[in-house]
Amino acid sequence: MRKVDCVIIGGGSAAMSCAMSAAKYGVKDILMIERGEDLGGILNQCIHNGFGLHIFKKECTGPEYAELLMESMKKYKIDIKLNTTVSNISEDKHVTYVNTEEGIVEIEAKTIVLASGCLERNRGMISIPGDRCVGVMSAGTAQRYLNIDGYMVGKKVFILGSGDIGLIMARRMTLEGATVLGVAELMPYSNGLSRNIVQCLEDFDIPLYLSTTVTKIIGKPRIEKIELSKVDEHLRPIPGSEWEVDVDCLLLSVGLVPEVTLLDHLSIERDRRTKSVVVNECNEMSVPGFFACGNALQVHDLVDYVSLEAQNTGKQVARYLSGEIVDSDSFDVVSGNHVSYVIPQKVRLVNVDGDCKFSFRVRKPMKNCILRIRSEDTILKEVKKRVMLPAEMETINLERSMLEKVHQSLIFEVEEVL
Amino acid sequence: MEDIIIIGGGIIGSLIAYNCSKFDCNVLLLEKENDIANKTSMANSAIIHAGYDPSDNTLKAEMNIKGARRYPSLCKELKVDFKQIGSLVVACDDEQMETLKRLHKQANSRGIETKIIERDEILQLEKNISDDVKQALYCAQTGIVTPWKVAIAAMETAMANQCKCELNQEVIDIRKEDDVFIVKTKDHEYRGKMVINCAGLYADKINEMVTHQKDFTMTPRKGEYFVLSRNASDFVNHVIYPTPSSKFGKGVLVVPTVHGNMLLGPNAMWQEDKEDVSTSTEGLQFVRDNISKVVKNVPFHEIIHSFSGLRPTCDRHDFIIEESSVKNFINVAGIESPGLASAPAIAEKVLEEFVLKRFDLQKRMFFAHRVKNIVMSECDSVQKERYIKQNPNYGKMVCRCEQVSEQEIVDCIRRKCGARSVVGVKKRVRPGMGKCQGGFCEPLIVKILARELKIDPSEVDYNGKGSPVLVCPSKGEL
Repeated sequence: MRKVDCVIIGGGSAAMSCAMSAAKYGVKDILMIERGEDLGGILNQCIHNGFGLHIFKKECTGPEYAELLMESMKKYKIDIKLNTTVSNISEDKHVTYVNTEEGIVEIEAKTIVLASGCLERNRGMISIPGDRCVGVMSAGTAQRYLNIDGYMVGKKVFILGSGDIGLIMARRMTLEGATVLGVAELMPYSNGLSRNIVQCLEDFDIPLYLSTTVTKIIGKPRIEKIELSKVDEHLRPIPGSEWEVDVDCLLLSVGLVPEVTLLDHLSIERDRRTKSVVVNECNEMSVPGFFACGNALQVHDLVDYVSLEAQNTGKQVARYLSGEIVDSDSFDVVSGNHVSYVIPQKVRLVNVDGDCKFSFRVRKPMKNCILRIRSEDTILKEVKKRVMLPAEMETINLERSMLEKVHQSLIFEVEEVL
Repeated sequence: MEDIIIIGGGIIGSLIAYNCSKFDCNVLLLEKENDIANKTSMANSAIIHAGYDPSDNTLKAEMNIKGARRYPSLCKELKVDFKQIGSLVVACDDEQMETLKRLHKQANSRGIETKIIERDEILQLEKNISDDVKQALYCAQTGIVTPWKVAIAAMETAMANQCKCELNQEVIDIRKEDDVFIVKTKDHEYRGKMVINCAGLYADKINEMVTHQKDFTMTPRKGEYFVLSRNASDFVNHVIYPTPSSKFGKGVLVVPTVHGNMLLGPNAMWQEDKEDVSTSTEGLQFVRDNISKVVKNVPFHEIIHSFSGLRPTCDRHDFIIEESSVKNFINVAGIESPGLASAPAIAEKVLEEFVLKRFDLQKRMFFAHRVKNIVMSECDSVQKERYIKQNPNYGKMVCRCEQVSEQEIVDCIRRKCGARSVVGVKKRVRPGMGKCQGGFCEPLIVKILARELKIDPSEVDYNGKGSPVLVCPSKGEL
């Protein structure tokens, strides 16, 4: 059985960034396994710009960003398998993959990095009532049909959910000649980046309906109409507020879920908040040697941040393999008031050299607020923030000297100051 | 000229075709949809009830008991899954416990083994049973199948044995000239000596075309369901029914599926429209509220899909399996619950009482049995290795959630009674049945269908004819 130091599952921005970093820090035998025909993952269908400002110091499109990663990866010796699907992972780090040339292959890995991205929430998960017609699909699927396959999925489009992919697709479908009739968002605020609201909706006069949802899908065999309703503060549709819009397509941009299905049968600790795994300061899961990064760990809003997180994970893989990482007592990182999650969820102080980076999101838009980081009653740090949005992932570096003051748990909370 | 024309390719029509195809006769099945088993047979609870529930002296009781016993061997013949997982009818109060006693007695009298078990014993079988449940009627015989797979396998076998099947042929008129029925669809006329009406919800209309009177009326009764992801597969192990009542029928139940998903439902709503399979906020809420009466800790966060199906309910309140007032025109109608469980017995009754009595038929010398399709996710690694060596495309995964390879999809399109649409592929080999609901694999399936059917991707239908997924090429005419 082939033995490798590190298996990276996925071939997108997280996988490539992680692989390069691991190699740079001295990991020798790296195997990257990608299902698709090319590296790049979802970047390949994101033909809009706005990528790379942090990592490459220039603005590029998704495919360009992917290409830059592929280019830089040539420096390193990384074994890449395309058109290859991982069918099983065992707790003792045996990875089984399948492809057309080798058939079924089982290998033994010293470390496994899950960089398998995320999937879109769909109609089924949110149970939108109505006819089961064609013309309802997630925005990312429509993006693939348009940008990879070259086909339009509708001419009169409505978009449910103001996630970034939905906003990007509103602009994209408009440029392609379709009429985008509007975007409805259940929450009283947008879930996309502000720049996308401006550049994709406002610049094209596409209305955004807040506190609004689709309460019925009508049409046979193709969608013909949707019924929209206003929702109250409990997000329940308000009877009598309904109106109908004629459409031939409804795109859903109602959230992303980390793709960690391969771990479902393993006894790896999960986090209900991120719908992914619990990781420690090394982005390592509860079973030693299993790591995660990118959208498989938490849904990011910028690919640059995916790369940064993945680079860190790659470095930690190298440290793990060189025996630098010590398994010892940890403290919990807790999501306090107005914080929806924090990553990592556990910290073993002994392994923190220099500082430790935390990422988190707020539950609702907050203005003039204070991010407070405390351990029990001891306040460790307070940062004033003018605006914090659920759509924008926040990060903060905490020095080791500060983390040494933590008793039992490290609590992140945000409060508005009047 | 056909000997027999079967109208309707649901599970009943398909099994009748299958039975007839064992004999030397000309059989044609007409289906108005773009696939076999696309209506009621595609959307129901998928349970093979043992047969203790229907009232005495009904065809429902007789057919159910016989049909349920026939399933294990039938599924073996057709190479489709049948799982005998057993069931619990749960009771929460004295009145319901009385009903359990009555059902237990009825089961005894019908030779169906059941036993009444108390709460302690129930908890050993099912940890998530509701706190209100006091007693249950346990029946080991209850089974589950994938109904459309039974129908498709039956039709596929029938077609391998000379039976013809025409899809997208809605019957608009039938007339009888001398002893020959002339069955008219929009673009064809078919001639047959016997017509078997298995048209489900439209059986009343088809009957009226021949007898020119309203002998019975079919009314749809909708049932809505949730589907849970396979992550919830250990939620329950048995089919769990509430105690049936005359008012609510079998009620809202939990049913594990053959593939490890879970169904929650159905409600029961009368409606006029025979095509309306929409789901409603109220209906789905009713399912949520009522399911909690039989089980607790329901993993609602694992919901990946919801759908509804229409029960073909007949005003005669029992199955109709009889010759109409017109000779050689056979009605098989009103096949609502326990229709699925009864289907093999119904198809046998039709064969024996009508087909074999009217035609002097010999058994086929050579009967082609169905060869099971290759299902990679069910294979061990040695088998997988072998198949990939034979055809590398068995190693090309298309559906990541259900682990379906490209070649499995190609196979299901190329087989007899093959898939013609995205839903057709999904029914046969499951891509799109997982958590992403086709988000990743649908574009790949559209491509494969286009290639295999030799059409442009923009002509690939989602389900019925004329339901393309894609509207036009980009940069094309909008």
